Amino acid sequence: MIEVFDPSMVNWARGQFALTILYHFLFVPLTLGMTFIIAIMETLYYKTQDEFWKNTVQFWVKLLAINFAIGVATGIIMEFEFGTNWANYSWFVGDIFGAPLAIEGIFAFFMEATFFAVVFFGRNRVTKRFQLMSTWFAAIGSNLSALWILIANGWMQNPVGTTFNLDLARNEMTDFFAIVFNPSASVRFVHVISSAYIASALFVIGVSSWYLLKNRHVRFAKASIMVAASFGFLAAIFVATLGDQSGYTVAQTQPMKMAAMESLYIGERGAGALVLGYPDPAKKLGDGSKGIAINIEIPYLLSIMANRDPYSFVPGIEDLVYGNEKEGIEGVASKMRKGKMAKNAMFDYKAAKSKKDEVGATQAKQMFEQYGNYLGYAHFDNPEELVPPVGIVFWSFHIMVGLGVSFIMLTALFLFYSRNNKLMKKRWLLRWGCWWSLMGILAIELGWIVAEVGRQPWAVQDLLPVKIAVSNLSTGNVQFTFFGFLILFTILAVAEVRIMLRAIKNGPEGV
Amino acid sequence: MFSSMSLVTLQNYWWVLDSVLGALLVFFFFVQGGQTLFWQIGKNEDEKTLLVNTIGRKWELGFTTLVTFGGAMFASFPLFYAISFGGAYFVWMAILLTYILQAVSYEYRKKEDNTLGQKSFESFLHFHGVFSVLLIGVAVATFFSGSEFRVNDYNQGTWMNTAKGLEAALNPFNMLLGIALVFLARVLGAMYFINSIDHDEIIERSRKQVLINTLLFLPFFLGFVGWLLVRDGFAVGADGVISMVPYKYLTNLLELHFFGIGLFLIGVVLVLLGVFVTVYKESRRGIWFSGFGSFLVVLVIFFLAGLNGTAFYPSYTDLQSSLTIYNASSSKYTLGIMGYVSIAIPFVAGYITYVWRMMNKKDMTMEEIKSEHELY
Repeated sequence: MIEVFDPSMVNWARGQFALTILYHFLFVPLTLGMTFIIAIMETLYYKTQDEFWKNTVQFWVKLLAINFAIGVATGIIMEFEFGTNWANYSWFVGDIFGAPLAIEGIFAFFMEATFFAVVFFGRNRVTKRFQLMSTWFAAIGSNLSALWILIANGWMQNPVGTTFNLDLARNEMTDFFAIVFNPSASVRFVHVISSAYIASALFVIGVSSWYLLKNRHVRFAKASIMVAASFGFLAAIFVATLGDQSGYTVAQTQPMKMAAMESLYIGERGAGALVLGYPDPAKKLGDGSKGIAINIEIPYLLSIMANRDPYSFVPGIEDLVYGNEKEGIEGVASKMRKGKMAKNAMFDYKAAKSKKDEVGATQAKQMFEQYGNYLGYAHFDNPEELVPPVGIVFWSFHIMVGLGVSFIMLTALFLFYSRNNKLMKKRWLLRWGCWWSLMGILAIELGWIVAEVGRQPWAVQDLLPVKIAVSNLSTGNVQFTFFGFLILFTILAVAEVRIMLRAIKNGPEGV
Repeated sequence: MFSSMSLVTLQNYWWVLDSVLGALLVFFFFVQGGQTLFWQIGKNEDEKTLLVNTIGRKWELGFTTLVTFGGAMFASFPLFYAISFGGAYFVWMAILLTYILQAVSYEYRKKEDNTLGQKSFESFLHFHGVFSVLLIGVAVATFFSGSEFRVNDYNQGTWMNTAKGLEAALNPFNMLLGIALVFLARVLGAMYFINSIDHDEIIERSRKQVLINTLLFLPFFLGFVGWLLVRDGFAVGADGVISMVPYKYLTNLLELHFFGIGLFLIGVVLVLLGVFVTVYKESRRGIWFSGFGSFLVVLVIFFLAGLNGTAFYPSYTDLQSSLTIYNASSSKYTLGIMGYVSIAIPFVAGYITYVWRMMNKKDMTMEEIKSEHELY
């Protein structure tokens, strides 16, 4: 029989994963983006041979190194946690999911490890040319590692290129390139790395603005802002234009997540996108009310974003849960029935096989082929279990979008005033830059919450619910490690922040 | 090329590749070994800093090898990943914990406002140097001594021991390998100092450590190998049935011919040769002999566990739940795709070697430590 686990243990396992990844992502964005900012500066040093650029690079490398160490420390847990806490997941989809992780190790991590050592310590040991190449390789290496893990994540959101092997009761890869070029993965990768570039640019702008406010290291700070604001502005524009593609992909592959992001309970044709409003706390699933308070929207926009057609139907949460015959949407109850038929067919198949009853096995297999796509739904007892936590997803999404708009404005203003050299007079902007130095990271964390909480209750969309995906551990086991990591990471993060603040206060040398 | 290989060939190919990564990990244990020697070889603050900075520039390679080993095992033998990591939970978590400490300790050791103080980060490095190696040794030894788990018809595992993997550390056979590796790592660490630092006293003290730790390593290593070769092994028949076979691992060693006994003897001779030239010939290149020798010996140990019809992750509570390269592997398609990916490995090894040579061309010296901006 397929085992079902204690729900409280499942939640602790989810909590532990969320904890480690949220900590990890406090540090990763700076590595992804600052490596490129540093590579640009190193290139300027190589071209001009001006010691100023060398010292500028030196300072940002120092901050990068402090940040990189804890990023690596929190990262090693992530990979192994798939095994330690999500053992059934690891078997059930390991045939697909393991490959990108291995490729990530072989191609990306070694590149990072090798060339970061040169970036940090190569200055007196390798040629200037090789030093320059190494900064670029380090940047490419760290971005490649993001690529493969996001291909893996993209597959969890939109599982393509796979089929169910009845004999082994697991999913198997059938098309590697479908997984690599999965639209959910491509959009996600570009969105995450360009968001990380913004976050890094904001960090550099923030630190440099602080120096300008203190009237310290003025040339250094202005030059750093110029590089970072150009880089950040391009990335911010890019993220915004890409937002459309992200929305379309989510709507096409995960309509429930889309509905939760907009708190859209009742689907409609020509649906509008929310400008002002919030999820109605009094909303009960199935009461037929709209579930949104205030509700000022731009007409047709959501339909355009979701389906590229202003008059198209965008399903709401209740359409997806209870079904909507008119729009041809199947309800969860019917999917659950089919799922249970698939599950029984799987059991019958196993039983027939062990009795060497080939006729019975063939019949069971035919039955399974008919309903196998719904197997994941067999594990639910109640259609309402399929609704993700709407409030968290809604707020995370909308705050993220708001921050994104502010990033375009902020980087544009910094770029504008840098170019006509009026930055020093715009103290309000410098102060805004300081305050916003970590907002890019916040926006990324929120985006991560939208992607992962919005996928609930699935570990792999439509294939595998989280409650089946976990390891067979006790709640106490997982609580023990959860609090262990919480304490350890918090101590290390405090150390990291204090070291970073001290290094910033001490400032760059020679500029 | 890979798409035309049979499933069995691919399963063997991937066991060999995973073994290579495992063996490489042990070679990189010179970093861990070095971390346990800072106090014994460095007699003052400057010397200690020189040692930390010498070995610290290589820590990420070992770390990355572990991560890649994990990823490769996941991709090639996902059932092992599920059963072992999800079952022997606390042993793996303890190993990961030590790696977390390593990753921050070099960077934060000497930084202002590091909150915990230099001593704490140094003791983290020491702790990691001993326990990561010891526990990995213990975990690998369970490939031969077995564990307590059961796998159901749907490949869901249940770990039967409530210590969730920590029980492995109570088994003397497992501990023999763990302790042997700790001393081997110290031998390699001392050799790496000799290889890359220009400082007479440090080299002299490192030589002494090479000798002492080799003498400590040998009894544990020989004890482990002796016990391994006389114990019953977990064999898998052509029908997939697991059974206990006397002298299974000795049989494997002999039946694998050059890839068993041949490489094993070459490896052992190289390890001892490295020690010999370091201690008696004042050579600075001992690490290459002993390092490559260790790589070969560990490679053969992995071969003995998984090749020649052997269950590599056995369960002694339920023999038929044991994992073999046949029942734990990914599909033929995935192993084939990953086979193509593996073609890149020599290229990766190539640029790692190239950068290593450039970075190590000049010896580490006290002068450099005193003038360098970026320091651990």
